[in-house]
Amino acid sequence: MTLVASVVAVSNGNASWSWNLPGNVRDMFGYPFMVNAFRAGTIVAILGAIVGWYMVLRKQTFAGHTLSVAAFPGAAAATLIGISATVGYFAFCLAAALVIAIASRPSRGRGFSAESAVVGTVQAFVLASGYLFATLYNGLLSGLNNQLFGFTFGITDDQVVTLAAVAVIVLAVLAVIGRRLFFASIDSDVADARGVGVRLLGVVFLLVLGAAAAEASQITGALLVFALLVMPAAVAQRVTARPVAGIMLAVLIGVVATWAGLTMAYYTSYPSGFCITTFAFVAFIAVHRVRARA
Amino acid sequence: MRVGDRLLWHDVNVDVPAGQFVAILGPNGVGKSTLIKAALGVIPLADGEAYVLGEPAGVANRDIGYLPQRRSFDSSLRVRGIDVVRLGLDGDRFGLPWPWSAKNREAGRRVRDVIERVDASSYAMRPIGELSGGEQQRLLIAQALVRDPRLLILDEPLDSLDLPNQSAIAELIRRVCVDSGVTVLMVAHDVNPILPYLDQVIYLADGGAVCGTPAEVITSPTLSALYKTPIEVLRTSDGRLVVVGQPEAPAHHADRHTGQPH
Repeated sequence: MTLVASVVAVSNGNASWSWNLPGNVRDMFGYPFMVNAFRAGTIVAILGAIVGWYMVLRKQTFAGHTLSVAAFPGAAAATLIGISATVGYFAFCLAAALVIAIASRPSRGRGFSAESAVVGTVQAFVLASGYLFATLYNGLLSGLNNQLFGFTFGITDDQVVTLAAVAVIVLAVLAVIGRRLFFASIDSDVADARGVGVRLLGVVFLLVLGAAAAEASQITGALLVFALLVMPAAVAQRVTARPVAGIMLAVLIGVVATWAGLTMAYYTSYPSGFCITTFAFVAFIAVHRVRARA
Repeated sequence: MRVGDRLLWHDVNVDVPAGQFVAILGPNGVGKSTLIKAALGVIPLADGEAYVLGEPAGVANRDIGYLPQRRSFDSSLRVRGIDVVRLGLDGDRFGLPWPWSAKNREAGRRVRDVIERVDASSYAMRPIGELSGGEQQRLLIAQALVRDPRLLILDEPLDSLDLPNQSAIAELIRRVCVDSGVTVLMVAHDVNPILPYLDQVIYLADGGAVCGTPAEVITSPTLSALYKTPIEVLRTSDGRLVVVGQPEAPAHHADRHTGQPH
């Protein structure tokens, strides 16, 4: 990781922004680590926007936040025992999703109010565990920062393949259950009477959310996952009430914010997590102001 | 039927002819919603049998349009009314609709038709959270009707509506009943808004039930026998019936509406 970090430093020394956009793209794509950052960022932006659209609809952003925080002890534990951080991300996020699903058992009908206490408890515990693992592994300070706030420029080809494979699986699951999940999310009483298996869908969605949070954590860090999971979907739902248009708009916002953020990070040497979050936030504020005026 | 260790009602024999508008009446906590859930097969009967549309309860649910007890949509919910109605048609399918297929166009046409039938076309494209209670209720009735069910089960659809909306929705339900030949089974705790349209009444009270036409059932002697306490049925000058002396529901039924935020 330190090796890659120094490469970034070198490249930033040479890179200077110009309005020659194709030139900038050629410049950035001359470095394999930038190519991988764009590949991984695009995959995660698409996945995060689609899963996030359902999450915002179901008002489960608190659960989403907790699942992404679980990425932090996951990565720390994986570093501690010397296995791939990717494995740690997915293992901890999916395990946290299962814990929330089993422990909260939302009472029949809509409303996830019973869930929030469980989610808060899980969040406190996973954060504390992450801190423990990081402490046990002395001298991991830069690694700790990356786990919390993201480090896009160290992504390997293998990681890109893993991210793509998981994204394809999650999107395939969503394509199969998408319509039923939409029904269960906004009208669970009737969905239940129609035999839609509302409770099972809730568990499956938490696992989907856990996988998406694990993916996004690797790009934005555990604490900034919301840039790709909540912001694009929240903006899209403010702009349009049409489901398909909303999901497509969320994907567009997520991808544009990611590309712009990575470009900004390359030319300024600001952290990529900050840059991506800033562009997503700008979109959110812009829509908020436009709607407030309308 | 038992809920927990409480006997809600027993020996209820209900026979509903096709195409009629039938009300299930009774005080709060008497088990009206439970009767409906038993008919839908969601809650099993403690003893005995329920047949709905000639099938054991739960089997014929595809032919039943169900409108659960008052749900209102969160005002921040950014989903259009038309999408909520569409869910009634194919929300229980797996996979995604293919936007340019003939099947999808046909589904869209059915959804628009049913919205037209409940006079909700002017606001069906707006987010449902922004609509009034009466407007939401019309769209929910459209959702229950969109599959052309043979039986429409409505659980207190007039609850929490203002008086003009109550009579407008009651009239709409009657029109659906007559025009489409749908049997309507409607739970209510106030008979007055629907009384002019009713064919039959099922009155649940204190563990028992009485069925018949409104004129037969809503009388002082029948209700007094049901409640085992003197009840008077008065007729106001404009022909409305008022039930007086109805005892309050037992206090220990608080779990009836779990999962229904108020």
